[in-house]
Amino acid sequence: MNNIIKGKKFNWELVVGIEVHAQISSNSKLFSSSPTKFGSTPNSQVSLVDAAMPGMLPVINEFCITQAIKTGLGLKAKINNKSIFDRKNYFYADLPQGYQISQYKHPIVGEGKVEIDLPDGQSKKIRIIRLHLEQDAGKSLHDQSPNKTYVDLNRSGIALMEIVSEPDLSSAEEAAIYINKLRTILRYLNTCDGNMQEGSLRADVNISVKKTGEKNGTRCEVKNLNSIKFIKQAINYEAKRQIDILEDGGNIEQNTLLFDSKLGITKMMRNKEEAHDYRYFPDPDLLPLEIEDKFISDIKNTIPELPDEKKQRYIDQYKLTKYDSSILISEKDTSEYFEKILISNQELKNHTKIISNWIISELFAYLKKDDKQIKQSPVSPENLGKLILLIVNNTISGKIAKEVFEEMYVNKSDPQSIIENQNLTQVTDTKEINKIIEKVLQNNQDKLSEYKNGKNKLFGFFVGQVMKNSNGKANPKIVNELLKEKLN
Amino acid sequence: MKIDKKTILKIAKLSKIKLKENEIEEFANNLSSILDWVEQLNETDTDNIEPLNNVSSSKLPLREDKTVSNNSSNQVLNNAPEKVEEYFIVPKVVE
Amino acid sequence: MDFKSIKEIKTHLLKRKISIFELNEFFIDKIKKSKINAFIFFDEDLIRKRCKELDSIKNDLPLKGIPIGVKDLFCTKGIKTTAGSKILQNFVPTYESFVTNKLNNSGSVMIGKTNLDEFAMGSSTTTSYYGDTINPIATDKNLVPGGSSGGSAAAVSANLCLGATGTDTGGSIRQPASFCGVVGIKPTYGLCSRWGIIAFASSLDQAGIFSNNVEDASILLKEIAGYDKNDSTSSDITIPNYFKKINENIEGKVIGIPKEYDLPNIPDEIKIVWEKARKKLEKGGAKIINISLKHTKYALPTYYIIAPAEASSNLARYDGVRYGYRSKSQNNLEEMYESTRSEGFGNEVKRRILIGTYVLSAGYYDAYYIKAQKVRKLISNDFNDAFKECDAILTPTTPSPAFQIGQKEDDPIKMYLNDIFTVPASLAGIPGISIPFGKSKDNLPLGIQILSKHFNEQVLFDLGLFLEKNNE
Ligand SMILES: [Mg+2]
Ligand SMILES: [Zn+2]
Repeated sequence: MNNIIKGKKFNWELVVGIEVHAQISSNSKLFSSSPTKFGSTPNSQVSLVDAAMPGMLPVINEFCITQAIKTGLGLKAKINNKSIFDRKNYFYADLPQGYQISQYKHPIVGEGKVEIDLPDGQSKKIRIIRLHLEQDAGKSLHDQSPNKTYVDLNRSGIALMEIVSEPDLSSAEEAAIYINKLRTILRYLNTCDGNMQEGSLRADVNISVKKTGEKNGTRCEVKNLNSIKFIKQAINYEAKRQIDILEDGGNIEQNTLLFDSKLGITKMMRNKEEAHDYRYFPDPDLLPLEIEDKFISDIKNTIPELPDEKKQRYIDQYKLTKYDSSILISEKDTSEYFEKILISNQELKNHTKIISNWIISELFAYLKKDDKQIKQSPVSPENLGKLILLIVNNTISGKIAKEVFEEMYVNKSDPQSIIENQNLTQVTDTKEINKIIEKVLQNNQDKLSEYKNGKNKLFGFFVGQVMKNSNGKANPKIVNELLKEKLN
Repeated sequence: MKIDKKTILKIAKLSKIKLKENEIEEFANNLSSILDWVEQLNETDTDNIEPLNNVSSSKLPLREDKTVSNNSSNQVLNNAPEKVEEYFIVPKVVE
Repeated sequence: MDFKSIKEIKTHLLKRKISIFELNEFFIDKIKKSKINAFIFFDEDLIRKRCKELDSIKNDLPLKGIPIGVKDLFCTKGIKTTAGSKILQNFVPTYESFVTNKLNNSGSVMIGKTNLDEFAMGSSTTTSYYGDTINPIATDKNLVPGGSSGGSAAAVSANLCLGATGTDTGGSIRQPASFCGVVGIKPTYGLCSRWGIIAFASSLDQAGIFSNNVEDASILLKEIAGYDKNDSTSSDITIPNYFKKINENIEGKVIGIPKEYDLPNIPDEIKIVWEKARKKLEKGGAKIINISLKHTKYALPTYYIIAPAEASSNLARYDGVRYGYRSKSQNNLEEMYESTRSEGFGNEVKRRILIGTYVLSAGYYDAYYIKAQKVRKLISNDFNDAFKECDAILTPTTPSPAFQIGQKEDDPIKMYLNDIFTVPASLAGIPGISIPFGKSKDNLPLGIQILSKHFNEQVLFDLGLFLEKNNE
């Protein structure tokens, strides 16, 4: 793909690497038994350990280890049999211990990869450097009072996976696709809910630019982006900022930045000189985490079919296009919806393309308008399957089907009863259709003679009139055939 | 290792300990002599020796993913020097 | 009736020769009259309430009614816990430490919280924000009780309680036991849970016991030891009944004498006592062998890198945000942190935080911290090798008897040298006991230290009992 950015003087390339902080789905925190529920009253989910009361000690949550390994396997990564928890020391109001327990030199998961599909149909491999476990910090609220900061420790100690990519991304779009793909994988694995609004998935983005063919420039890190829109904005803003500086003969300094989402710009948080000295060292309250191969292989057996494999299966088994497949698998819930239609209506197995079209165009459009997730769809997969069956059986026309679908969506009703109640069944009786054709030709003698004199275009007009006179219920295919017989 | 004023101030900053003018030299001297003294470790040959983090021979115990709801706010806010409603309160960070 | 042996008093209590109330009133009275500042917290009404509560319990408990002092490093529910520091001057835990909870369940009476060096950093109990504790052995001489658990050692020595808890990171039980003429045991790292003990250096901290005699120490240790799922470094082993198994017949035991402990600059009075203990053991049928602990010399400098490094991180939580002291200067968060910690910590604590921060900081980590951890490995290997040849190791506990208050304050390294014989065992995590044995030329108590391999506390009690009985 061509990702060249044209500056005033030179052509530039973007180099982007992302550190994702993904909150692990678990009942309790990484090193304490406090619940992890989002949106609880302040400081109501804080144990003595989370508040770093004197003499309190961490005890690790086994399920969080399982989740990290599961994610590692989903990223086709190497799982390390031995990993070590370190303390990352710094002071902050919402960091009760004065250090974060994290994994520095010896992470639980090593090198892996994520495949992303680019809009031009190509795919690209993004290398993962590592995945490590660490604690989240609490929350500081700066806007409650002019000179005070309010601290809520509910989030303090929740388990995070930090997933670090190589700088293999070359545009804001690629970054967005990568985050989406990563989120899909996490959701398939059920290891993180991927909810960016609630902060379950946050990204630190490292951005640099280079002239084509030259080596990577100095990078800046934009911290804590919590939406894909902001990630894209921040990357594009930074790219332009850095290119402008370089083209004006300046240098990029290795700074840590924050993104101001209101203004759409990045701002300096600290420069290289102010960089923290975190004084990492192995946490003496914890022993090394040793994992046996059996533990890993047991987890491997629980890994569901992942998006890439599912997509390939849709292409092979259902003969769907790559594009349709990738849309259907992009959310686990969508692929489940699709597969439920097939399960509930065996006769549809040779009609996967029409099912796919109905989901991607009709259903998605309705859901999007209502800002609903597919799980909340008023039209159940079983009912959509029935509707599609009525179409392929020629019981109703596609046009009628759209009306029926609207009715199904609004009233959560099943297609059969709608059709019966409103007498929408398609007319396939040739006698009846012939009657209508007679009537139409009768009423349009002038057009008929024009047609006979060679104005072939008018064929469509007659089809339309017949359909109209049947209130849309006539089977268009039969109408066509009968009209052809009559006119030629 | 001689600890100069700049170094001791940097370390104090990292430790969040403010040193008074008269303490700076005293602590710098203390640290210098302690560091000089510990440097005798360099006499030992530690090639191929694994660092010893913890003497425990046990395996890291793993906890089940169960929650203990402790209705914690009273418990953790009990000793707070300053609180409002359910929040800890600290002076604002200056950027 | 003399109030010095738990074993004896237990039988008196059972036979109703004395009541729990009478016993504890005796100690309340003594504490009120005492002038050695052994306690930071003492509340006689609370003690009486506890006696009433115990009196209403029908069945016997291992320590029912026995008054025990608790080092003010153990968090006690509803009772102020300070670690000897101003920064925790108003801290009241809502929880009880694992060890003191066990003691309570055993029926003991928490008689008071004992003084200590601030955050257990020291060898003199003169760095406490709550004043110096005076060694009760010779109050006119104004001697230190040793430290950091000096309040506990002094309280037992002055007969203000029948036993006390301590913690030992580099000698903080054994050294004050030696200075105050009582028994002090630091068990194997991981034998007692650290949960609820204010941390100094997590990889070294271990709870232990002070008592008037070895048998009492064996009774008390069983009551505080045991696995705790809330301490990830706690060991899941069965705790033996040390007291029942105790055996002063030491015939055939192999005792190692490490040549590296025979330092040229330690006074003769120390060497003489060491020699005497050796002879006694030999006479009792033990086999004495010479061993080598090659890296002994490097134990102290190793310790003074590792312990401050861990402490600098462990003490980061004292920031004035959630509990404890907060400075009045708080125009912004940074200023609040710095003022709180500058005003809240004493000089020795600051010194160690600064050292610890330095050895962990970028550029120095490998040269200091990693180097120290490697030497720690060598020291631990030395002990492992030695215990292939012997059952126990015999050394002096301290290089001198108790010194005067204020004497070593100006020179931190001089102060650190107090722990020269106790620190190696701490680094290796092995158990050690100090038994009062012999006297200095000024008639001050001295201690002899016995070390053994991991979880072999029993041999310490066996040999200790023998030496106790053969100490004239
Ligand atoms: Mg980052
Ligand atoms: Zn992180």
